[in-house]
Amino acid sequence: MSALLELRDVEARYGPVQALRGVSIDVPEGAVVAVLGANGAGKTTTLRAVSGTVRRSGEILLAGKPLRGGPEAAAKAGVAHVPEGRGTFTELSVVENLRLGAYTRRERSVKADIERMADHFPWISDRGEQRAGTLSGGEQQMLALARALMSRPRLLMLDEPSLGLAPLIVREIFRIVRELNEKEGLTVLVVEQDARIALNAAATAYVLEVGKVAVSGSSAELRDDEAVRRSYLGY
Amino acid sequence: MSRTTLRTLLVFVAFAVVVMVLPAFVNDFRAQQFSYVGIYLIALIGLDILTGYTGQISLGHGAFMAIGGYTTAILMIDHGVKDIATIPIAILVAGVAGVLFGFPAARLSGLYLALATFGIAVATPELIKRFEGFTGGGSGVNLFGTPELTASLTPVRLAGVELNFNNWLYYLAWTLALAGYVIAWLILRGRTGRAFRAVRDSETAAVSSGVSLTRMKVIAFGISAAYAGAAGAMFAIATTYVNPDTFPVALSIFLLVGVVVGGLGSLKGLVVGAVFIQFMPLWTQSISKKPGAPAVVYGVILILVVLALPGGASGLVSRVTQLVRRGQDFPKP
Amino acid sequence: MTVFFQQVVSGLAAGGVYGALALALVLIHRATGVINFAQGEMATFSTYILWTLTANHGVSYWPAFAVTMLVSFVGGIGIHQAVIRPVERGSQIRVVIVTIGLLLLLNGLMTFIWTGEIRAVDSPFPGGTLDVHGVVISYRDIGTIAVCLGAVVVLWAFFQFTKVGLALRAAAVNPAEARLVGIRVTWMLGLGWGLAAVLGATAGVLTAPSVFLDPNMMQTVLIYAFAAAVLGGIDSPIGAVVGGLILGVGLNLLGAYVDFVSELRLPAALLVILVVLLLRPAGLFGTPQVKKV
Repeated sequence: MSALLELRDVEARYGPVQALRGVSIDVPEGAVVAVLGANGAGKTTTLRAVSGTVRRSGEILLAGKPLRGGPEAAAKAGVAHVPEGRGTFTELSVVENLRLGAYTRRERSVKADIERMADHFPWISDRGEQRAGTLSGGEQQMLALARALMSRPRLLMLDEPSLGLAPLIVREIFRIVRELNEKEGLTVLVVEQDARIALNAAATAYVLEVGKVAVSGSSAELRDDEAVRRSYLGY
Repeated sequence: MSRTTLRTLLVFVAFAVVVMVLPAFVNDFRAQQFSYVGIYLIALIGLDILTGYTGQISLGHGAFMAIGGYTTAILMIDHGVKDIATIPIAILVAGVAGVLFGFPAARLSGLYLALATFGIAVATPELIKRFEGFTGGGSGVNLFGTPELTASLTPVRLAGVELNFNNWLYYLAWTLALAGYVIAWLILRGRTGRAFRAVRDSETAAVSSGVSLTRMKVIAFGISAAYAGAAGAMFAIATTYVNPDTFPVALSIFLLVGVVVGGLGSLKGLVVGAVFIQFMPLWTQSISKKPGAPAVVYGVILILVVLALPGGASGLVSRVTQLVRRGQDFPKP
Repeated sequence: MTVFFQQVVSGLAAGGVYGALALALVLIHRATGVINFAQGEMATFSTYILWTLTANHGVSYWPAFAVTMLVSFVGGIGIHQAVIRPVERGSQIRVVIVTIGLLLLLNGLMTFIWTGEIRAVDSPFPGGTLDVHGVVISYRDIGTIAVCLGAVVVLWAFFQFTKVGLALRAAAVNPAEARLVGIRVTWMLGLGWGLAAVLGATAGVLTAPSVFLDPNMMQTVLIYAFAAAVLGGIDSPIGAVVGGLILGVGLNLLGAYVDFVSELRLPAALLVILVVLLLRPAGLFGTPQVKKV
C-alpha cells in the first residue's frame, strides 16, 4: 500500500509558540490512522498543517504531490477536514450544509449524493430544511461528517469527533467511519483524545507529545504495550 | 524616577520651550494657524482618551466642541462673562454632557456606537438651528469686538509683554494644550488609565478584574467631552464667531482622522495629528486649486496612512527609535 | 383618505430606494463586518456614469443603465480588493477611517471631473400619473417600487438558489469553515461588495430624476439608509428592505400630517437611529447579541 499522505519534518507555529517541532507521519491509502496525545500536544495543529489552515514548513505530500497553499487548495486536492467543534454552518440549513460540502465538485450529481448521505444518516431526509444550529451535538457531528463526504474526498480528516458527545453517539460515528473505510476504501486520519475508541477504529497510530511524535506503531502493538498505555494513552 | 519617564519629561519640556518661543520666529498669520493646532490638540487628546485608550469610537465629538463653544459664546454675550472665565464653565458643561451621553452610549459598542455618534454629529447643526432663542439660530453669535473678548480691542499686557490678539490667543491655546497634555498623561499612567485600556482590550477580562465597564466608559466620555468642550470654547474665542456651521459633521470626522494619524492609544503623536488637521486642507489646495482636488488628496492620504502606518505618527516614531536603538546595541558574546 | 394613500405610495417609492441602499450596507456588513460610509458616494458616482453616457454620449437609457451596473459591479470589487481587504477584520476604527477616506476621495473626484453643477437625469419611466379611485399615483413611483422590488427579488433568488450565492452566504457567516470546503472567501467578499455597489447604483439612479444630480446627492439618502438598516437590523437583509419601506412611508406621513417645518425628516431619521440603538440594537429582524460579561 502506498502512502496517500506523507508528512516529513513538519513544523508549525502560532506566533511565538512552536506547536509542531518536526512531525513525520505516513497515512497509507485505504487505512485509518489515529493521532493521539494529550491536550496541547499538537494533534489539531497537525491536521491544520495538512489542510493549510496554519502556516507550516516541511514537506506534505498527497499521493506523492506536494500539498501547498491554503485550505481552498487542500479542499480542491481532495482533502476533507472536519475541524474541532465540527464547523457546521449553523445558520444554514442541513441541506445547504451538504450542498456546500460538494462545492469543489462540478458534476450535477450532487442531489444524488445528498440522497446517498441519507442512507448513512437516515434522519437527514426528514430534517433537510432545519437550521443546522438547532441540531443536537451528535447530529451536528454527523452532519459535519456527511458534509465532508459530499466532496468525495481522497482523505478524510476528523478532529476530535468524540468531543462533547455521549459514548453511544461516539460509537455510532466511529462505526460509520469504519464502515466507510471498509466498504469504500476511504482513507481516514483521525485525531482523538479518547485513545481507546480511536485504537479500535485505526490500524496504526501516532502519539504526539509537545509537537513531536513520541511513539508510533500498529494499534495492536500500542494497545498491548502496558508502558505505552500507561504513560501516553492514559489507561 | 525611571529613565523613560525622565526622557519623556525632557522631551516634553523641550517641546514646551519650542512652543513658547515660536511666535517670536514666525509671522502673525502663522502664529494664528499654530494656535489652531493647539486647539485641535486639546480636542484630539480628549478623543484619544475615549477612542484610543478606552476603545469607544466617537464620530460625534464635534458636538461636544459645539457645546463648549456655544457655552462660551452665550456666557460672553448674554451674561457678560469674560472669555477666560467661560472656559472652566464650558469644560464643566461639556463634561456633564459627556457623562450623560456616556450612560446610554456604554451599552453600545463598535460600529453601533460609531453610527450613533455619527447621527449626533449630523444632528448637531440642525439642533443648534432649532433652538434659536437660545443659540441665535442660523445667524449665530458674534463675539468680535466685544469687551469680554480679551485683547480683541486693545492689546493685553502679560508678564510685562504686550500681546496682540493673535499672540494672546496662541499663548492661551497652548497653555491650555500643554496643561491638558500633562493632566491626560497623569490620568493615563495611573489606575484609571489602566482601567481604560482594560476596557479597550478585553471587556470580559476587565470585568473579571473588577472593573466596572459602564463606570469607566462614562468617565472616559466625560473626560473626553470636557477636553472637547475646552477646545470648543477656544474655537469660539479664536474665530470670534459661532454659528451652526462652525461645528459641522466634517469636524467630528476630522477629529477622528487626527487621532488616527497621530496614533491611537498614544499621546505623543497627537501633535502631528493636530498639524495634519490644520494644514492638510491648505497643503492639498497648493497641489491643485481645482474644486474637488483637495478632497481627493485628503482621501488618498487618509487611506494610505491607515493602510501603511497603522500606528500613526507615534507608531512611526516608535519604529524608528527601535531601529536606532537596535543599531546601538552591542552583539552579545 | 386619498392623501393618505398617495403619501403611502410615494413613501413606498422613497422607502424602496432607502431599502436598496440599506440592503447594500447590510450586505457589506454581513460579509465583511464593515460599515461603508462611502456607500452613498459610490452610488452617486455610478449615477454620474449613467448621466455621462446618456447626456454626453447619447447612449439610450437602458443600455446605459446596464453598462452603469456592470461598471459599478467591477468598481465595487475593485474597491474591496484594493482598499478594504487589508483592514477588513481588524480594528473597526481603522475600517471606518478607510471608508471615510473613500468618501472624501470619491466626493472630491466627482467634483473634480464633473464640477458641482447640478445635472438633470432622465427617468426611464414616463411622466404622468395613474388615477386609482381618486388616488393619484405617478408612473415614476410605480416604476421605482417595481425596480427596487425586482432588484431585491433577484438578489434573494441569487442567494437562495445558486451555488455562488450559497457560497457567499457561507463565507459571510463562517469564513474559516467556508475555506475548508474550498470556497475562496476573499473572492466571495469582493463579490459581496460588487453586488452592494450595484444596489447602490440602482438607488442612485432612481433618486436622481427627482432631486437632480450633484456630488452630494446621496448624502441624506445615506442617513436614511443607515436609519433603515438600523431599524431593520444591521445584519438582516429582510430588515433592511422592510426598514426602508417603513421609514419611507413613516417619514412621508410625518411630513404630511404634522404641521411642523418640513425639514423634520432628517432629524426624525436620526432619532430613529438613536432610539433603536438604545432600546433594541438588534433592530426589528436582527438577532439580539447576548454579551455575557
